Amino acid sequence: MASWPILSLVTFLPLAGALLIFGLGKAEGEAGDRNARWIALWTTLLTLVFAIIAWSEFDPANPGFQLVEEASWLGGGVSYKMGVDGISVLFVVLTAFLMPTAILCSWTSIEDRVKQYMICFLVLETLMIGVFCALDLIVFYVFFEGGLIPMFIIIGVWGGKRRVYATYKFFLYTLLGSVLMLIAILYMWATAGTTDIVKLLAYDFAPEAQTWLWLAFFASFAVKMPMWPVHTWLPDAHVEAPTAGSVILAGILLKMGGYGFLRFSVPMFPDASLYFQSFVFALSVIAIIYTSLVALAQEDIKKLIAYSSVAHMGFVTMGIFTLNQQGIDAALFQMISHGFVSGALFLCVGVIYDRMHTREIAAYGGLVTPMPVYAFTFMVFTMANVGLPGTSGFVGEFLSLAGAFQANTWVAVGAASGVILSAAYALYLYRRVVYGVFDKPSLRGILDMNSREIGTLGPLIAATIFFGIYPKPIFDVTGPAVRQMVETLGVSTPHAPISVSEPVKPTEGEAPAAEEHH
Amino acid sequence: MLSAIVFLPLLGALIAGFFGRLIGARMAEIVTTGLLGVAAVLSWIAFIGIGINGAETQTIEVLPWITSGQLQTSWTLRVDVLTVVMLVVVNTVSSLVHLYSIGYMAEDPHRPRFFAYLSLFTFAMLMLVTADNFLQLFFGWEGVGLASYLLIGFWYQKPSANAAAIKAFVVNRVGDFGFALGIVGVFAVFGSIDFDSVFAAAPNMAGRTFEFAGMQLDVMTTLCLLLFVGAMGKSAQFGLHTWLPDAMEGPTPVSALIHAATMVTAGVFLVCRCSPMFEYAPDALAFVTIIGAITAFFAATVGMFQDDIKRVIAYSTCSQLGYMFFAAGVSAYQAAMFHLFTHAFFKALLFLGAGSVIHAMHHEQDMRKMGGLWKLIPFTYAMMMIGTIALIGFGIPHVFGFAGFYSKDAILETAYAAGGVGSFAFIAGIVAALMTSFYSWRLAFMTFHGAPKWKHTAEEEHAHGAHAEPAQGDHAHAHAAHDDHHGHELHPHESPITMTVPLFVLSVGAVLAGLLFAPYFIGEENEAFWREAIKVLPAHHALHARHEVPEWVVWAPWVVTVFGFLIAAYYFLWRPQRAAALAAQNGLLYSFLKNKWYVDELYDLIFVRPAMWLGRFLWKKGDGWTIDGLGPDGVAARVLDVARGAVRVQTGFIYHYAFAMLIGVAALLTWLMFGGAH
Repeated sequence: MASWPILSLVTFLPLAGALLIFGLGKAEGEAGDRNARWIALWTTLLTLVFAIIAWSEFDPANPGFQLVEEASWLGGGVSYKMGVDGISVLFVVLTAFLMPTAILCSWTSIEDRVKQYMICFLVLETLMIGVFCALDLIVFYVFFEGGLIPMFIIIGVWGGKRRVYATYKFFLYTLLGSVLMLIAILYMWATAGTTDIVKLLAYDFAPEAQTWLWLAFFASFAVKMPMWPVHTWLPDAHVEAPTAGSVILAGILLKMGGYGFLRFSVPMFPDASLYFQSFVFALSVIAIIYTSLVALAQEDIKKLIAYSSVAHMGFVTMGIFTLNQQGIDAALFQMISHGFVSGALFLCVGVIYDRMHTREIAAYGGLVTPMPVYAFTFMVFTMANVGLPGTSGFVGEFLSLAGAFQANTWVAVGAASGVILSAAYALYLYRRVVYGVFDKPSLRGILDMNSREIGTLGPLIAATIFFGIYPKPIFDVTGPAVRQMVETLGVSTPHAPISVSEPVKPTEGEAPAAEEHH
Repeated sequence: MLSAIVFLPLLGALIAGFFGRLIGARMAEIVTTGLLGVAAVLSWIAFIGIGINGAETQTIEVLPWITSGQLQTSWTLRVDVLTVVMLVVVNTVSSLVHLYSIGYMAEDPHRPRFFAYLSLFTFAMLMLVTADNFLQLFFGWEGVGLASYLLIGFWYQKPSANAAAIKAFVVNRVGDFGFALGIVGVFAVFGSIDFDSVFAAAPNMAGRTFEFAGMQLDVMTTLCLLLFVGAMGKSAQFGLHTWLPDAMEGPTPVSALIHAATMVTAGVFLVCRCSPMFEYAPDALAFVTIIGAITAFFAATVGMFQDDIKRVIAYSTCSQLGYMFFAAGVSAYQAAMFHLFTHAFFKALLFLGAGSVIHAMHHEQDMRKMGGLWKLIPFTYAMMMIGTIALIGFGIPHVFGFAGFYSKDAILETAYAAGGVGSFAFIAGIVAALMTSFYSWRLAFMTFHGAPKWKHTAEEEHAHGAHAEPAQGDHAHAHAAHDDHHGHELHPHESPITMTVPLFVLSVGAVLAGLLFAPYFIGEENEAFWREAIKVLPAHHALHARHEVPEWVVWAPWVVTVFGFLIAAYYFLWRPQRAAALAAQNGLLYSFLKNKWYVDELYDLIFVRPAMWLGRFLWKKGDGWTIDGLGPDGVAARVLDVARGAVRVQTGFIYHYAFAMLIGVAALLTWLMFGGAH
């Protein structure tokens, strides 16, 4: 039923909502703000409905691109082409799923320039969904880079005290990456003669060229992930961003890097990906250990969660570059799961920030007494962040370890140490904020979560636990596409078991296979 | 029926957890305890069916779980003999602990939460023992860790309880680090993590090597050692034991259920479950034996000089787990499981008995402030005596003994018969048995006999001692407990019926479990009983060989037990002043043992502080000074120089960015239209 352009609808519906808010700009003051909020909420909810329809029309068994739309644009090679496969479709759904959350959590906390704020978010949604649907390199580039502009504005206008510094850092990093990627895109266009991603996927780039192209794309994606050592913009951006900004930043924008690796770097430059495998492994493992240690020392709740995001993204990059089924499945799952877990963690910070206007860990303590519902919610996401089995956080973490062990045991050992550190920093945070005696005078009278906050976080709890216990709906979608990619890569044998030597001469007359029964 | 056994506790946890406020504390207690009771009865039915009568192993697939390429796992309940033994242990103790908690926690305002956690724990433990693959086992493994964390930190207002809870979780995670690597290693080698496929393929992997972390290592040994690291964490074996004594911060029923009878034995269960793998990894088995022996010895030495009643029992648990491990290490998995089974009864009895004492003493745990209690709480006294005799394994060889006698003696004899590292374990085990007898009787005498020290006419010397160690109380009302000290006189009293009934039931188990079940677990019936659940290579026949050990080996435990009793009686019954005088000297060895070999201090020095320091260093120097200094801040300084005066910075760079991007797109279009590649 690809007769109607559902992907374009999902992509541009938020933009229509933004225009609507813009058009109703006359109503000033309270009424205008309220209209803006409701329009934004209904637009994002409607987008979610269409995204789910798109998901339901998606045939998981087919590893190719589906729901494809194509129209000529700009003439000569560049065309407006949209489509999704098993790798991208879930990101569309994830984006649509998180947006109503972002709108709801800004409901009362944003009081200034509400209309502009909502417009920013709706435009951002269009651009983000566009990234995941675009099947033309130029279209992708426009969405990919364009998406950052609303985010700059969101942090720069509605951010905290040091928002200028944070935006500046964010800007500098991404600028460097995008310039290099642009050059690479131009080169690819010149060489392959097309910007159609489907055709580019089938094109064989010369091995020497691959190295340079890979590095250029890597510069852009590594910053987005962010990978160590180009991660330092993230904690600052998170700390200064309003809650909804953090949710979207952690939930969606970080995933664009991982998506880029899987859409371009790995399938288009397979030789280079293999060549740089150890390099990425090294950076990933450093990220996991280094940022976990740094998280342990943080005194600001948001910074701590931001650093833990970097560590979790380390699992993602590690998973992607194992170049085997488990690793890439894990990376995809981890990105989805991290989307709602980290988003929810930032929401949890937002809940108490809205009440106390401080993110300092030391300002809190004993919150379980006045806020039992909050304590429960925060516990669920803390445990998901720690990777407790039964939550979605575990599935990706475990599977990426399984992938890594086959690729390189050192990497698996290094990454596994992350499970110890993540438990340490997450529980240490939880203890300082939620447990202890409730005796700080400043906290007196603090209220538990209201129904709007419960409504915002409830679906995320449900998703975290549901996909932790029953992740099949996700693997059903990603599995075939990943299998096809791995098979095309041909770098790892389809049958996983790592090389095991022939049996050594059994000692002490214990013939291993013969005497089985006892 | 099997599904009911596993999921009824979950149902109870959900009801008590989410609707506890709605239905009230009393209802939450009744629902969780009732459901657990049903599960316990069903477990015994399953035990008789599958264990005694030899019905087939059952597997029930519930849901698919992680499915990625070759890695296919599902939520599956697998019930074989090993499982039913655990089902009986877990559900029996758990239901009794639920019942007991109704009395013990009666004054706590958060009872629904407490019962929800207890039931949640039970569910996780049941998932662990019914697992059909490594991953589900890991789910249960971490689930019990979570419940343990929640219950240790149940009194979240106490900083010490919070610290202990985190410590328990993180130290367990150190073990899980190995366990998780072991599981992914199993997958990498075997291409599956289902028990059946892995165990079937294990013999082919014997003696092969693979590359692990840069070394060429024996496959089975490496995998088994990795798995065993997990077991060491959960079962508090030497090196990863530090969390267990601190876990006594939790309410006493929790200590009985989680930190004595069930969760801490999960490591033993894991090794027994994986016997088809360990059998092909002789080096790993030797390692298990040595660690077990060291732990049995180490924990007993520390247990001799603790003054907190619960800590003595905690170290005793640690030590007994060591026995189970070295039994497994010499391939006597049956004996290990048997000791696990009997230990659950008498150790839960001891803990709940100690809880009854603590209850009577209004939440006092320091044994130096007890004494002479036997007249006031005779029932508790009798129960504790039964538990003590069962623990020290006293009995007349070839005639009769309490539960511990059958299992512990079997382990010691097997270790002797195995030879090699088994001999080392035998010696460590005999010495530990001596110390076990000593600290058990010391506990009994200090608590129940001698002069009552809780009256305020207590000796001066005692008041001094009280200051040496701050009361690490198990008090629900931390403030109230301190008031007791200065306030009115204490009136120790016997516990309510909800607490005494579980004690009585457990005491029956502590007396008879050995006699009744020895033939099945380790006796003539053992092969028919265990069938495929445990695999032992014919070369590892220590369990059979134990019948040929010399007579002195059989009597050695008896001798040391009596000897330990005499020493304890001398110092704590007949000449209590001497013990006090010796303790007051504070000799080097005494301090070393009293301070638990300084392991905690060592870890703090080499792990905890450096980690925090490194985190701060990497943050300030790594991120702040190096990366930012060379990267954005350095560049920003340059850019700012240029930009200053031209545009206002706040908005300027957004335009820069938009501008740069537009130029890019423009360049593309130019290329397209005029450069005209094609």
